[in-house]
Amino acid sequence: MSERVRQIIVPILAILIFLAGWEALVWINGWPNYVMASPSDLPAAYSRFADLFLIGAWQTLWRTVLGLLIAVFAGLALGMLMGFSRTMRDALYPLLVGFNAIPKATLVPVLALLFIGQHDFNTVMMAFLISFFPIAVSISVGLSTLEPEYRDILRALGASRMTIFMKIALPKTLPEFFGALKVSVTLAFIGTNLVEIVSPHGRGLGALFLSGQTNSNYPLMFAVLIALALLGIVLYYAVVALEKIFAGWAERQES
Amino acid sequence: MAQVEIRDVRHAYSTKAGPLPVLDGLELSVPEGDFCAVVGPSGCGKSTLTRLVAGLMKPDEGEVWLHGELVKGPRKTVGMAFQNPVLLEWRTILDNVILPLEIVAPSMPRKDRVARAMELLDMVGLSGFENKRPSELSGGMRQRASLCRAIVHKPDVLIMDEPFGALDAFTREDLWQTMRALRQAEPFTALLITHDLRESVYLGDQVVVLSGRPARTQYVLDVTLPADRPLDILYTQEVGEMLHVLRDQIKIAQGRPVEGAA
Ligand SMILES: Nc1ncnc2c1ncn2[C@@H]1O[C@H](COP(=O)(O)OP(=O)(O)O)[C@@H](O)[C@H]1O
Ligand SMILES: [Mg+2]
Repeated sequence: MSERVRQIIVPILAILIFLAGWEALVWINGWPNYVMASPSDLPAAYSRFADLFLIGAWQTLWRTVLGLLIAVFAGLALGMLMGFSRTMRDALYPLLVGFNAIPKATLVPVLALLFIGQHDFNTVMMAFLISFFPIAVSISVGLSTLEPEYRDILRALGASRMTIFMKIALPKTLPEFFGALKVSVTLAFIGTNLVEIVSPHGRGLGALFLSGQTNSNYPLMFAVLIALALLGIVLYYAVVALEKIFAGWAERQES
Repeated sequence: MAQVEIRDVRHAYSTKAGPLPVLDGLELSVPEGDFCAVVGPSGCGKSTLTRLVAGLMKPDEGEVWLHGELVKGPRKTVGMAFQNPVLLEWRTILDNVILPLEIVAPSMPRKDRVARAMELLDMVGLSGFENKRPSELSGGMRQRASLCRAIVHKPDVLIMDEPFGALDAFTREDLWQTMRALRQAEPFTALLITHDLRESVYLGDQVVVLSGRPARTQYVLDVTLPADRPLDILYTQEVGEMLHVLRDQIKIAQGRPVEGAA
């Protein structure tokens, strides 16, 4: 019980100390709002633009989640290809590494030109492109390093490859998969924001940030940053909760 | 008809340095219900033999027969256990034991599967541990669970590759007795790979000595002991003589001189 309370109190305290430090920094330096807003400026910004924040947060959220979902399926498929076939691994690995090395900001204009005006599509696409790599790698490594005996206990009974994958390889790879998913969710979020911020007629929290910039509304810009941080935390801990459910082997599996 | 029959099997792995002959004219015949222990120098091809019998791979030449049928691939009438118990950490002990039934008898009701698994867990002294995770059990208990899983679907042939190799001496002797108790309760033909000569004599009806790589059948010892074997039968003169013969055969298999070492 007290452990649970501690788990909630400690992070809240840390956040409060952080906000106090920020407030103090602005106050000591005497920075005006157009240099750096302070936390005490934020509530006003939130209440004034509450509708825009809600709509923006929803747009950012669903496009990030959709992009991540596509990344999960694509990453799973690629990871299975590379995990089961050495030829595929040899063929695809350098391609993937090369693709992953490309700074994703360079893809924004490419996507924008390819799919003109498809803002939602471009955003989801970017969230997907930026986040599938860790998933593909974790699945392929998990599958290719599966000890042969694990496969043999079912293969010796004539089980199909699919059965072996579902009953053994996939669950055994889940911890690595969720480790990768925690990285991917953050990347997808960055991808969404990237497109939102640089697109001229964008939507989502990123677009709200951009409008704060064009209108020199610095408290709004900082309010967006904080909202993004909060949304990022929500997404990350949603993955952690899923991990607890599907790979938290401390709990019983089925009744 | 013999339950397991291996006729003139030859096999070579292809490696970077060229073909590596592993089995060369292996012969083996295990009558139904018998327990065959196989010993041989390490790296001579014993694990390869188990994979051939299980149908996990095909020999280059020769034939493997199980209960009168030529082995062409895996079959549901085989059970396997390894040195590593390979239990699935995300399943309870009970659900680990049930695993083969999910493949072999997909329509069997869960209630019956549980009853069958519990019967075996009880037999090996694991009742009360069925809801534990593998990591909560000792090495010996995990190996007991692994044995239960290997025979839960009532296989005709149980293939074991050094299942007790990683256990300490006392636990190992406990497991030998468990093994004999299981055999009395459940009819199966067993093929056991081991590097422990005492184990081979205590558990086996016959002990097959393989030569060094490439392995062929070098010597077959008929274990003429009663079916009911207390552990201290290992300290009788009769067993002492058998162990002596086996040790000499192993030395020959390893290419070491037999005299001078007794
Ligand atoms: N898949 C494989 N490819 C190439 N060589 C192998 C393979 N599996 C085993 N070997 C080699 O074949 C020999 C026999 O292996 P194994 O049957 O595992 O021997 P044992 O179980 O008697 O120790 C060893 O020298 C081993 O290195
Ligand atoms: Mg071996």
